[in-house]
Amino acid sequence: MRAPLGLRAALISLLLCIGLLCVWQVGTARVGATVKLDPDYARLMGITVTQGKSAMPGPADVGAKIWQHLKDPFYDRGTNDKGIGIQLLYSIARVLTGYLLAIAAAVPIGFVIGMSPLMARALNPFIQVLKPISPLAWMPLALYTIKDSSLSAIFVIFICSVWPMLLNTAFGVASVRREWLNVAKTLEMSPARTALRVILPAAAPTILTGMRISIGIAWLVIVAAEMLVGGTGIGYFVWNEWNNLSITNVIVAILCIGFVGMLLDQLMAGLLRLVTYAD
Amino acid sequence: MSFESRLHADAGLAAKTCSCGRHSSQAVHSAAHASQEQRLDRMIEAAVVRAILPDDRTRRALFAKLGAATALAAISQFFPLRGATEVFAQTAPPEKQDLKVGFIPITCATPIIMAHPMGFYAKHKLNVEVVKTAGWAVIRDKTLNGEYDAAHMLSPMPIAMTLGVGSTAIPYTMPAVENINGQAITLAIKHKEKTDPKGWKGFKFAVPFDYSMHNYLLRYFLAEHGLDPDRDVQIRAIPPPEMVANLRAGNIDGFLAPDPVNQRAVYDGVAFIHTLSKEIWDRHPCCAFAASKEFITANPNTYAALLKSIIEATAFAARPENRKQIAEAIAPANYLNQPVTVVEQVLTGRFADGLGNVKNVPDRIDFDPFPWESFAVWIMTQMKRWGQIKGEVNYASIAKEVFLATDTTKLMLEAGLKPPSTTSKTFVVMGKEFDPTQPEAYIASFAIKRAS
Repeated sequence: MRAPLGLRAALISLLLCIGLLCVWQVGTARVGATVKLDPDYARLMGITVTQGKSAMPGPADVGAKIWQHLKDPFYDRGTNDKGIGIQLLYSIARVLTGYLLAIAAAVPIGFVIGMSPLMARALNPFIQVLKPISPLAWMPLALYTIKDSSLSAIFVIFICSVWPMLLNTAFGVASVRREWLNVAKTLEMSPARTALRVILPAAAPTILTGMRISIGIAWLVIVAAEMLVGGTGIGYFVWNEWNNLSITNVIVAILCIGFVGMLLDQLMAGLLRLVTYAD
Repeated sequence: MSFESRLHADAGLAAKTCSCGRHSSQAVHSAAHASQEQRLDRMIEAAVVRAILPDDRTRRALFAKLGAATALAAISQFFPLRGATEVFAQTAPPEKQDLKVGFIPITCATPIIMAHPMGFYAKHKLNVEVVKTAGWAVIRDKTLNGEYDAAHMLSPMPIAMTLGVGSTAIPYTMPAVENINGQAITLAIKHKEKTDPKGWKGFKFAVPFDYSMHNYLLRYFLAEHGLDPDRDVQIRAIPPPEMVANLRAGNIDGFLAPDPVNQRAVYDGVAFIHTLSKEIWDRHPCCAFAASKEFITANPNTYAALLKSIIEATAFAARPENRKQIAEAIAPANYLNQPVTVVEQVLTGRFADGLGNVKNVPDRIDFDPFPWESFAVWIMTQMKRWGQIKGEVNYASIAKEVFLATDTTKLMLEAGLKPPSTTSKTFVVMGKEFDPTQPEAYIASFAIKRAS
């Protein structure tokens, strides 16, 4: 008799996790050779030099740090020192603003492109040129023209999350089955009603797939954008801790970024399941 | 020590003896201030006269012929001298109280940063938010777009911005230098045998920004040792926080960087300090407090209050006995985000050099707000020497326009400090005298240069 698939998978995941942690622990626990130092000199140096400790923290250090952050995620000790919870909220707010704006732009334009082969051809060159531009390449231009760094970050989120949604919407709309459209025509439905009652539900799974890809990209980009403009957000947190060469805090931030990214993705996956239909 | 600040760590600001606390009685205080005001008037008159009659011989001839009083009266016919002297005398409330000032987390920014936790801004009724910023290009753009009212910059940046090199041309001003000295050439520990710069061919160096004293000092240093900084080595701009990580990874062999980066690299055991920048040019300027011309003309009172806070903070930082206390105030995550020992080693000048020695150099970093116009001229000669600017350069007038030495003089007097009586001076860089009146001859005297 075999255990259910889910249980077996969970077991393997757990073993992998323990294995990784062991490798990590062994890799960082080694204490390097230390030379005998003059105590006066040693007092001025860091522990990497004086105790030969690896600059890379072990899992226990990171665990302790995570606990410390979780205990007090919302502290505010001035403009440049806020808790990791506040930073994450700043980032999420930026991502959602840029992302919602992108939805507002991408879905209608995608509809137009999907329904009109003429517009599809006319807009295609623009989309093809703009799509592959790295979001951070927009940053100097945005800072210069928008003249506001947080709006610039939102703009960068917008510009990079708009393309997958736009293309997926256009594709979804264009590939709605001809028969369904013909039925709508026979029933003399108005174009607006056809769009809302026939095309939208039919294309919804494709549109949501595009939205799921986009939220992933938006979350990837926000960290880089915030590292560049600074101020607030999880990207700024990573940069600030890099500045202090605190690998422990950087790892904590990486884990947080991964966790929030996963949550956002799961949220979109849940929505996608709601609109999926069997053909 | 050239400054005497009335601010002492222990003394409160409340008057004990006279209204400012520096004089034995109110009468002595009034007398001192009256003479200070007269001196101020004279200095401003002198500055105006110099501006109107820039040629020394003409001016002297005119004054000899008419007598000083008549000449001044004649000049004040078409230039209201009273107006000019009164701009700073007034103590009107600032037009704008909530300000944002950007900084890069390095010890050069000490006065700008410490003025926040230590209350120098609050004393002048300003509510300043000091905002940590990721890099020089970002701080420049955020100041250009008005998000920051003023900012910590590298002293060549306001000149570059005014000239329009590397960005659009915007009239910029630099009313105060932050720190002097305080930089170092730091090499990766694997090069500890290569102490002679002649053996550095093929090295990859980092400097914080193209328009930085670091870039010019490193180029100068290498060229003096016979290395062409463009052909024999590679120099790239890397933001200070990323320097140690890059050095550790072996991407660069060394850097001429601001502190605490140098000391941090030593602290982490990856580098040693080869040359302190004071050994290249003692008392060289580095970072600066800068604001756009638009800001200072639209908000003269705010500007005066802000500059006064900075000047007082700088004077406070110049006193060695205050340095430990400052290190503790600016090391936390809200400001520099560095271990206190690292910041303390930089500020007190008692530091580990990375090779096992403890060194004691009290003026490793020092603070002096005075923006000597000759500093600006030197910076422009190096910009031209390395091809960043080309053609005719009006050294003296740009220096005067950007480095607001006269404003600093006035406010230093008001803050009870002793400013120098001239705005230009000669100095020595690696044994070579620099004469600010002969910039072109200076450039021509170098064997290694890009300018033709």
